[in-house]
Amino acid sequence: MNFDLTEERQMLQDSLRRFLSDRYTTSVRNEILEGESGYSADIWGQLAELGVIGALFSEEDGGFGGAGFDISTVFEELGRAGVVEPLLDTALLGGGLIAALGNDSQKELVEEVIGGAVQLAFAHGEPTSRYETSRVETTATVDGAEIILKGQKAVVVNAEAADHLIVSARESGDADSTDGISLFLVPRDTAGLSMRGYALLAGGRAAEVDLDGVRLPETARLGAAGGAYSAIADALARAEVALAAETLGAMETATELTRQYLLTRTQFGRPIGTFQALQHRVADLLIELEQARSAVINAAGHLEGDARLRDLNIAAARNLIGRAGRLVAEDSIQMHGGIAMTQEYELAHIAKRIVMAEHRFGDADTQLERFLDLSAA
Amino acid sequence: MDLSYTAEEQAFRQEVRSFLDEKLPKEMSDAVREGRGLGKEGHDRWHAILNEQGWLAPNWPQEFGGCGWNAVQRHIFEEECCRAHAPRIVPFGLSMLAPVLQKFGSKEQQDYYLPKILNGEHWWCQGYSEPGAGSDLASLKTKAVREGDHYIVNGQKTWTTLGQYANWIFCLVRTDPDAKQQEGISFLLIDMDTPGIEVRPIILLDGTHEVNEVWFTDVKVPVENLVGEENKGWTYAKYLLTHERTNIAGVGFSQAGLDAVKRLARSQMHKGRPLIENPYFAARVAQAEIDLMAMSTTNLRIISAAASGQAPGVESSMLKVKGTEIRQEINDMARRAAGVYAMPFASEAVEGGNEPPIGPEGTAPVAAQYFNNRKLSIFGGSNEIQKNIIAKVKMGGRA
Repeated sequence: MNFDLTEERQMLQDSLRRFLSDRYTTSVRNEILEGESGYSADIWGQLAELGVIGALFSEEDGGFGGAGFDISTVFEELGRAGVVEPLLDTALLGGGLIAALGNDSQKELVEEVIGGAVQLAFAHGEPTSRYETSRVETTATVDGAEIILKGQKAVVVNAEAADHLIVSARESGDADSTDGISLFLVPRDTAGLSMRGYALLAGGRAAEVDLDGVRLPETARLGAAGGAYSAIADALARAEVALAAETLGAMETATELTRQYLLTRTQFGRPIGTFQALQHRVADLLIELEQARSAVINAAGHLEGDARLRDLNIAAARNLIGRAGRLVAEDSIQMHGGIAMTQEYELAHIAKRIVMAEHRFGDADTQLERFLDLSAA
Repeated sequence: MDLSYTAEEQAFRQEVRSFLDEKLPKEMSDAVREGRGLGKEGHDRWHAILNEQGWLAPNWPQEFGGCGWNAVQRHIFEEECCRAHAPRIVPFGLSMLAPVLQKFGSKEQQDYYLPKILNGEHWWCQGYSEPGAGSDLASLKTKAVREGDHYIVNGQKTWTTLGQYANWIFCLVRTDPDAKQQEGISFLLIDMDTPGIEVRPIILLDGTHEVNEVWFTDVKVPVENLVGEENKGWTYAKYLLTHERTNIAGVGFSQAGLDAVKRLARSQMHKGRPLIENPYFAARVAQAEIDLMAMSTTNLRIISAAASGQAPGVESSMLKVKGTEIRQEINDMARRAAGVYAMPFASEAVEGGNEPPIGPEGTAPVAAQYFNNRKLSIFGGSNEIQKNIIAKVKMGGRA
């Protein structure tokens, strides 16, 4: 047993933490939140330069990491600083899917992703698919040498900024079958593709994407026709480990802000942190935080192994963090009082990151259901 | 024991329901149901409709233009208003200041201010909390110094709800800096148009502008705007807070919220079936419903005791804690029901706007409301303060 980070990961953690605490201040982030693109191109370039994007890809794909603990190390730091830049979407989902399924010419995009030159979005979820990963009703129909996409994609994060969208569409099978789903690399300005963009409550942007007879060459398909589901499941597994780690990082910040605030805020002639009722609640948060940390380690440590065991640990981590995260977010706000309800206060953003993370890839209930299904399997 | 309403009470409920059917504008109830803000005009309009009916001031004695309803009737009225998605009555003038003026104000103050609360000429806001005085309200520092026939007010108030619409503010100010905390406080009525007052918006975490900071720099307030006696303001403030705690349980809001969650869960699909059929989600809804059924009876027990003349004690603190916990739990379920469509930042859904909201009907405002309603357990005496009150009475040797 060894729960220490390797030297490389320790260095990555240190340099990323230093960079974010120097450069990604509350005021810098508030400007990004009020901006139109949903992220800062400047910060993005520097993250690429620091090697943060490369750490999310294996050597084989042109990176220098890509394992579960690389992902959890990076995303925990992003979460601590409340980073809204779309690393999960461009690198883990978009870049990861191209790396897994792309041919040599398609894979050139991965290098550009690692260099920070390209933005991607994964257009998979649909208006009625909720958290179901195999429910794809968007269709892909072969028409001579072309493929025609028809359908709608919901809450596509980073869609407006993306140079390419990776669109899932069904070539055969029932609406919720894992067989028959293909992925297509679609340049954002392709005719027939339109979107309605909007800001997200916890930062970043997304769009409702309409595919109204989008015509693509057959070369736009990633991998074999109808055979993309297993790569999708792998990419989503990596994204869920990332999201769990990111939420853990945000929970650390929320708890620390609360601890500090209770030591300085005075009411009734004493710091409110001297009231035992509040001390016990901070203790509860610290206990949950350690549980969350272990759950992330379990999930990250099983990312490269057997898929059922991997998914079981991911479902466990996301369920636990869904529950513990809600407690941390709500109790941190409560113990602060009104100040934490204001948009400009750091905790407000951090709390939103924690709670809204539940709405990507399934909330605590969905993860519990998934855990039970996997346990029975 | 008899759990049913009397025939008179049922008839009263019918009367309220008919009034709401007829007079509550549909665009207004739609806005409330969809979680959109009404703006000042919307609130003014609804107040005018209620005033015309003579129902704007359910808690006022008839001599001042109130309805003269008992506690059960007021409860029925509130319940029906929530059910119909009527806008809430803005409480600062009607439910908070008015009872203080009626009990402690001079005849001149009553004659001048009360009619203007009813006719909408005065929109009041509350100047209680300060940056350094939250749960410990009595530590407030805004001071008023008597100079001739004026007070000169300096200081800062915060969390002033809808202060941007208000033209008057009632304030707790320190008039005797040497007295023990609670004993040097006075209760002043201040015209917001007086020079030296600045209102600065505070944007909340859901993006809404609901509260403000109010700054006072050498603000001249005529001495006749003092309510009651100088340095006795804490007594009036506490009296006001007991009125702030009426309807603190928010049973009507919870019932309306639970109905909305069920509606949403019937239309949202989970694995090809309506979410409401999913046992995990259904269990959450059932749990909240069970809590609410009991809470509703607790509320009625206390109301009915109040109607027969007993003053509520720690029960109102209990109602505040449990009532807000249930409301917040319902807000949590609503965001869960919305699934991925909880993620969009629906500023237009909250503030009112022309663009159609993102996502299926009912999903747009739920996440913002979840965050906004974290305030329920913080304001009006935080839930921790309520528990202190319960513990002090029940475990402090006085019981």
